[in-house]
Amino acid sequence: MRSLIISLQSEFYKSRKTLAFWAAIVLPLVICGLITIGFFSNAEKVIARNYPPDALWGIFSGTALGIMGMLILPFYVIFMAFSVNNIEHKNDTWKTLFAQPLNKFSIYAAKYLYAVLLILLSLFLFAALTFAFGHLLHLLNSQFKFNEFSPVEMLSKLYLKLFLSSLGILSVQFIISLIWGDFLKPMGIGFIGVIMGIIVASKGWEYAYLIPYSHPTLVLTLNKSKGAHDIFTRDIYSSLIYALVFFIIGYFIVARKSVK
Amino acid sequence: MSELVIETRGLNYNFGTQKVVDNLSLHVKKGSIYGFLGPNGAGKTTTIKILLNLLKSPADTVFLFGKEINTHRIESLKRLGALVEQPAIYSHLSGKENLINRCILLGLNKSKAADLLQLVGLTEAANKKAANYSLGMKQRLGIALALLPDPELLLLDEPTNGLDPNGIIEIRNLMIDLATNHGKTILVSSHLLSEIERIATHVGIINKGKLLFQGTIDELQNLSKPTLEIETSNIIGASTLLTEHGYALTVSESKRLSLLFSSSEESARINAILVNNGFQVSSICPVRKDLEHLFLDITKNN
Repeated sequence: MRSLIISLQSEFYKSRKTLAFWAAIVLPLVICGLITIGFFSNAEKVIARNYPPDALWGIFSGTALGIMGMLILPFYVIFMAFSVNNIEHKNDTWKTLFAQPLNKFSIYAAKYLYAVLLILLSLFLFAALTFAFGHLLHLLNSQFKFNEFSPVEMLSKLYLKLFLSSLGILSVQFIISLIWGDFLKPMGIGFIGVIMGIIVASKGWEYAYLIPYSHPTLVLTLNKSKGAHDIFTRDIYSSLIYALVFFIIGYFIVARKSVK
Repeated sequence: MSELVIETRGLNYNFGTQKVVDNLSLHVKKGSIYGFLGPNGAGKTTTIKILLNLLKSPADTVFLFGKEINTHRIESLKRLGALVEQPAIYSHLSGKENLINRCILLGLNKSKAADLLQLVGLTEAANKKAANYSLGMKQRLGIALALLPDPELLLLDEPTNGLDPNGIIEIRNLMIDLATNHGKTILVSSHLLSEIERIATHVGIINKGKLLFQGTIDELQNLSKPTLEIETSNIIGASTLLTEHGYALTVSESKRLSLLFSSSEESARINAILVNNGFQVSSICPVRKDLEHLFLDITKNN
């Protein structure tokens, strides 16, 4: 456990000046900020439609969710998986890392966990900023009725589901990035995966839930049709199983990989 | 018998079907500087990786501090510091940050980073990004990283690679200081015999995975007898003359004669014979065999 914590500390220390880390903070800030500016400058049009408060929150958060969930989240996850591994590939530091008096599994698990935590941080910020900026819009223009409905439950459920649905992609991409040190293979495979995922999920293919790349899209499409009542749906289970299986396989790869 | 810090017993290691380490039995005594010599691709780095448990050795073949490495991995790694191949440095971090990161991993006080930077002469470049370091500076930082936990055993894989003559001398003195004044044991690999000779107390020579020689530096020097090389205007005449005087010539090339070196007095005598007989001697000097020839000798003897 001590090994895991200090490895995690070290992961944070190593990457605190890298794009991967700052993207987790900047991405939600920029996207939510732009949407808020868009709403603010089109205030009259939005207000004229006289949406009920819950629908207004739905539209406001849906704009971020739509862009985010389908495209940016999967790519961000792919980039994170690439980035935590690439820091060792690029500097040829795998062997040094595994020559430290630390449990090998902890070193690997800390890397994975660090990627998970950054994705969690990013999604948390999306939810929190959506909430905060909605209220900010209301403060700036009281004709918005953001104060009349609490979106906390809806936002937290949706973003939690998005988070869980991204873990499958993370584990698959984590392995790909472990095996190959270059940028193109993980990105190329990831890109094809995401496009395929979006197509099969939005076409409603019945086995789409078996493809990890389709899980975030499935979360968003299911949300539209059935509402976001259940957190643990079939696609979430599938994502978690993928995550667990590939996480374990990844350990065996890294334990062998480190020495070459 | 003094305590063995590193001991391998008939160690074998294969990459696929290729045998990289062949029945290797290293004995590194506490407090020694063990020069691990061999040409490129001899199996030096592989051996060091095995000693770090990066490559898994068969059970009961590798012992560090008297303990089997596979069953005492973390315990052994805590007591050693290593520099393997190129120094492993995060190029986006500064030298100091690289050391602090290692302090975090080893659970050490971060103030140690500054001490080590001073020790290897990088204090001024402490906050410079490691990507902008010269090869020599990277090598120093790598050595600082290896020294950070104040280990009892240091494994240094070609530590003077890329250093300028000054840097080489500094690192050499540092190694001697660490072994003599701080009781550290150092295993240092190199492909240059001349470099190892100056610092090592013991030498192991490896080629194609096999240990060809292991012993003290004196034992090695007895093996590699130097030759006296003479350059003169008339090679054929000179070689006849020297043979007449009872000297056995080992090789005579088109411009150079060589015979076994015994002492400087003897060299002066040979010079006098040549000069007194009207030969122009443009150069006469003792030459130590280079590693390549030493290998040939050692393999011949085995």
